[in-house]
Amino acid sequence: MSTPSASLPSPVSWREWLLTSEPQSRRQARLGRYYRGWLAFSRNPSAMFGLAIVLMLVLCAVFAPWIAPYDPERTLGLQTARLLPPSAQNWLGTDIQGFDVFSRLINGSRFTLMAIFIVAIITTPIGLLIGTFSGYYGGIVDAVFMRITDVFLAFPRLVLAMALVGARGPGLENAIFAISVTAWPAYARIARAETLTIRNNDYIAAIRLQGASSLRIIFGHIIPLCLSSVIVRVTLDMAGIIIVVAGLGFLGIGAQPPTPEWGTMVSAAKDQMRDYPWIITSAGLAICVVSLGFNLLGDGLRDVLDPKSARN
Amino acid sequence: MSDSSSYTTAGMRWLAFRRLVTAIVKTAAVAVITLFGLTVFTFSIARYVPTDPVLAVVGDKASQATYDRVYKEMGLDKPMYVQFATYASRLATGDFGKSRFTQNQVFDDLKRVFPATFELATIGTLIGVLLGIPLGVLAAVRRGTWVDQLSRVIGLIGYSVPIFWLGLMGLLIFYAYLDWLPGPGRLDIAYQYTFESETGLVLFDAARTGQWDVFFDACRHILLPAALLGYFSMAYISRMTRSFMLNELSQEYITTARVKGLSEARIIWRHALRNAFVPLITVVALSYGSLLEGSVLTEMVFAWPGLGQYLTSSLMNTDMDAALGATLLVGIVFLFINLLSDVLYRVYDPRTR
Repeated sequence: MSTPSASLPSPVSWREWLLTSEPQSRRQARLGRYYRGWLAFSRNPSAMFGLAIVLMLVLCAVFAPWIAPYDPERTLGLQTARLLPPSAQNWLGTDIQGFDVFSRLINGSRFTLMAIFIVAIITTPIGLLIGTFSGYYGGIVDAVFMRITDVFLAFPRLVLAMALVGARGPGLENAIFAISVTAWPAYARIARAETLTIRNNDYIAAIRLQGASSLRIIFGHIIPLCLSSVIVRVTLDMAGIIIVVAGLGFLGIGAQPPTPEWGTMVSAAKDQMRDYPWIITSAGLAICVVSLGFNLLGDGLRDVLDPKSARN
Repeated sequence: MSDSSSYTTAGMRWLAFRRLVTAIVKTAAVAVITLFGLTVFTFSIARYVPTDPVLAVVGDKASQATYDRVYKEMGLDKPMYVQFATYASRLATGDFGKSRFTQNQVFDDLKRVFPATFELATIGTLIGVLLGIPLGVLAAVRRGTWVDQLSRVIGLIGYSVPIFWLGLMGLLIFYAYLDWLPGPGRLDIAYQYTFESETGLVLFDAARTGQWDVFFDACRHILLPAALLGYFSMAYISRMTRSFMLNELSQEYITTARVKGLSEARIIWRHALRNAFVPLITVVALSYGSLLEGSVLTEMVFAWPGLGQYLTSSLMNTDMDAALGATLLVGIVFLFINLLSDVLYRVYDPRTR
């Protein structure tokens, strides 16, 4: 009989291996920590509900061409198929141009997901870098960066984004750019606050005495510790970003028709809402559900990753 | 003995006063820097606009000589910091440029549209404070009960539902289907051209001049948009009140008050809420500011002739002087609200006295 190796457990004991109080390797300890986090997360029904919504959104976006029964930007007939009520052929009816509303909603998930994905990809690293460097070095760098974040945080995001979009012209890309410009300061502030508490810890002093460079300390030891609270904040922000993207679309300076972006759809359908309410109702509900999903997911993540701020 | 003690008190007062002055100076310095940053922001946007500002003035049929002359007249040949200084000093005298669309000075336009937004946001905040604070207190006191759940649901909806969609749904239900409330606009068409509002605050002017029919009509018009903004304000204020109250209720002085035998109502409303009020000042200020932002979308839904509608239509017409003037005004109001809340915080927080 061979003795089971510590790093290759038999499938039956996966759970025990993960939950062991004496991990044999760093990898086991780390995976065990993730697993405990997941257990705590999955015990929270509203967080799981949020996760399910977000997964649905991702699936919709990835498989949109296969889920949507019609082309979202091709009319089913300008004479015959305008403003049809919901039916077996058109689950959510058609709009004034004869587009299938259900197909447009499904395809709209791509624009929403793309917007929040790009904003997150742009702003999280910028916020983390500026926040950690400011917090770590302090002094004049810190003062300059923090005054810049002050300016951005002191003013309403939607209005700043509107002014930026105004300068660059309407369109989804410019809306995403404008939102990114206004979103990073909040993450920089959080990362800075975390860095300030981490910076003076003994273990940072210990690594420094061993001769680690500042860059190594920041990238290897400070950023990983800031990551969880920034991720929580980014997730919670996603809900707000979805709403701002939709708001810019609604105002006519975000995505342009006939792009099936949800806010643009609400705006295009508002003149016929009295007699044909299904378009505006379904597009609006899509925005609500997705942004609710990110809020619930963010709350759940905060309980697991950032228990300090969750207590309030 | 009494002399020395009064001397000490006076000394401490002097110290506290000096601390307060230092704090105000610091706050003001931050405000000045922030204002500078905002000006840099709008200046860069004005410079960044893809349309040629000279061509916009002379038209594309002008000769090269005319073009060059106007280019010089507009100061575009000067270094960037000189241009910025000119821009900033123009702003300081209230010269925001001229709107290409309305053909008015932007400053005059802003003076005309701002009161409508001010009225809307103020009533919205009042609704939010009057409903949100009691709801938050109850949610904290009856933690885990249905009141607490209700406040959580209200909060979640407030964070997840786009305000413009809720407004449209409100119009659809209460105006189009039920016909309980009037449609978009500030006043009925019958009053729109007969009623002169001197200050731009319709409700205030109607009540002041005793034209009660106008007043009630204006009330009916403002009800839905103000309730909408009030809901979002309430969602935020009630959640924050709840967390401040939970914090206060876990303090030792509450236990002391209970041991002394004070009634629960007195403990909650007189002791705990009074201390929770201090951080709430900041929350209410923030929520007031965010209503200014929410009013941009609300005004578009309700055809409310305020700052938000002015900003949006200027952007749509690429009327950049007007749009940037409106942006600056929103920024300045935001800054002023933040300053005010900072000062109030310092005045009311016993630790800073």
